[in-house]
Amino acid sequence: MDRTTILTPRAGFQAINIRELWEYRELLFAFAGRDIRVRYKQTVLGVVWVVLQPLLGAGIFSFVFGKVAKMDSGGVPYFAFTYSGLMFWTLFTSTVNRANSSLVGNTHLVTKIYFPRLILPLSGIPSALLDFSVAATLMTIIMVTYGIEPRIGLLLLPIWLVILLMFATGIGLWSGALAVKYRDINYILPFAIQLLLFASPIAYAANNVPAEFQIYYYLNPIAGLMDAIRWSFFGTTQNGWWPVGYSTIFSVSVLIVGATLFRKMEREFADVI
Amino acid sequence: MSSDEIAISIRGVGKQYIISHQGEQESTLAESMLTWVKRGFRGSSTKETFWALRDISFDVMRGQVVGIIGRNGAGKSTLLKILSRITELTEGEIHIDGRTGSLLEVGTGFHPELTGRENIFLNGSIIGMKRAEIKKHFDAIVDFSGVEKFLDTPVKRYSSGMYVRLAFAVAAHLEPEILIVDEVLAVGDAEFQKKCMAKMGNVAQQGRTVLFVSHNIGAIATLTNAAVRLSAGQLMNYGPTAEIIREYLSDGKPASDTDVLNVSTYRRDALTDDTPIFFREIWVSSDEEEFTQSIKIGSAFTLHVIVEVRRPIHGALIDVTLKNSQSQRVVVLFSWDEDFRLDLEPGVHEISVVVRGFTPTEDSIYADFGVNGSPHSRAYDVLLDYPLMNIVASDNLLHWPGRKWGTIQATQVSWAVKRRD
Repeated sequence: MDRTTILTPRAGFQAINIRELWEYRELLFAFAGRDIRVRYKQTVLGVVWVVLQPLLGAGIFSFVFGKVAKMDSGGVPYFAFTYSGLMFWTLFTSTVNRANSSLVGNTHLVTKIYFPRLILPLSGIPSALLDFSVAATLMTIIMVTYGIEPRIGLLLLPIWLVILLMFATGIGLWSGALAVKYRDINYILPFAIQLLLFASPIAYAANNVPAEFQIYYYLNPIAGLMDAIRWSFFGTTQNGWWPVGYSTIFSVSVLIVGATLFRKMEREFADVI
Repeated sequence: MSSDEIAISIRGVGKQYIISHQGEQESTLAESMLTWVKRGFRGSSTKETFWALRDISFDVMRGQVVGIIGRNGAGKSTLLKILSRITELTEGEIHIDGRTGSLLEVGTGFHPELTGRENIFLNGSIIGMKRAEIKKHFDAIVDFSGVEKFLDTPVKRYSSGMYVRLAFAVAAHLEPEILIVDEVLAVGDAEFQKKCMAKMGNVAQQGRTVLFVSHNIGAIATLTNAAVRLSAGQLMNYGPTAEIIREYLSDGKPASDTDVLNVSTYRRDALTDDTPIFFREIWVSSDEEEFTQSIKIGSAFTLHVIVEVRRPIHGALIDVTLKNSQSQRVVVLFSWDEDFRLDLEPGVHEISVVVRGFTPTEDSIYADFGVNGSPHSRAYDVLLDYPLMNIVASDNLLHWPGRKWGTIQATQVSWAVKRRD
């Protein structure tokens, strides 16, 4: 395999080199494998943490929002309602967090070896998906327990998942690249994510938001996606299809902008990290 | 693979860094915004820039093994980082023809929690091997490392020697057409280093193109047939290794006999705030003179080493390697051998070593200095290729100019230390 590499100063925006990313796919899975193997070393409960976190979260939310605040979940058992939201929310936050810390957490790699830098933030996705699949298995058990009939709409879940991942990856690429230079991101991000959790219909249904705020509420792309996810699981009514359409366009744009900024900033990663 | 093909062509390459002075560095968003606002008022940026490399041009032919030498800060590492695509060049152009692998350290990406087996696959992928390739070489890697018994043990339980051997074993099985190597030989015990050198020699003989950076001039002399000398970011010369090494060593010589050299030029690694002890000044005295750079064959001499201590240290060791102008070791003085250990309080101290019975031939003597916490730990400070003295003819000792035998003698050494400030 003979090939010539030409190195010249680059300027401006760079297109994503899909061919090169494909060539390095084994490295992506090597990083993902490392993260999965290492994550639960020296923990007593190990993988149990994967299900414990959303379970406890859903328990707390269904008590606070379901029992105390008595919010309307459209007739769906409150626990199943919050759990279904939380499992996607966890996928979202862990994808963002992993992508965000992937560069700064691998400084020794960035300064010692070349590979397409995009590999690092992307390598968090497989392990986030693995956690998600464990959480999804538990969701099936919850559905059986509450006697919730499977709907044909479940088949659309992978589409919502992909859109959510695009949004998460876009944010993660952008914040991860910024964090290389400005560690402030590591303080801003957890706060922003927490804010977003309460601004999204995870612990409560979007219908509870007063009508005059709905239009602003749906500016958050997660709102429309969550409605679609609940519709797939429970057939709950939603506020039309336009929020999902908006979420899709918004998520794709965030991904493109995030990846473009990442490519622009990656040139100086090794120098400033 | 004909040898007249160019494997790497480097044309007018330069790398510029922006220096932020302490206090001006924008490491937070707020500071960055502040600078941005200020700049708006001032109209232009006042950032200072620095060229780590400038105007570097040379070609490496296919199958050639080229060494890159230069003192600390000459731009060797920057050049390697550009060639291995870790950092981008600011100007110029480089053509690299062939699959390239770079080893800027051994064991990049090793994870302490993973087992030896898992780390072989992880590290192999990181340095650019395909999974199938790693599988193919797996047995050879394990065999070379000699850690087969501990393959399923997390590497955090490895001794540092085992760790390094495993790491080098993976690296040694990377088979690119062009190999870029930095300092990887500076690891492991003497026996393992020998094994590594042999492996590197093999790589060179297989007709692969190798670019090799090392502080170890001896290794460069053994492994390469051509060398590039960098100094302060400029290419000084490119030619046969022996010639370049001679030039490199003589470049470090003092201008006059009374000139005390600034040791920091010879420092291997930049000092950090954590460095507890470092070298400040070094000179030689003889029975006749307090300060000299010429020692007669057979005469005793004293090495004076001034160190600055920042934190109290206990049981530290000093080593001095005396080398001739071909960078061959002549004598190694190691305070461990005489059971001399340093217990020092913060301040400036002078360590002196009286050496008797050192009777080499007429030659220039260069020295490496090291100060360590223990025989097994990483050195606190290291100086390399410090031009120490000249051995000159003596009237009362029979000699033949340039004789090759008798350079290593039973040398008597005595150490002492006193406070200076």
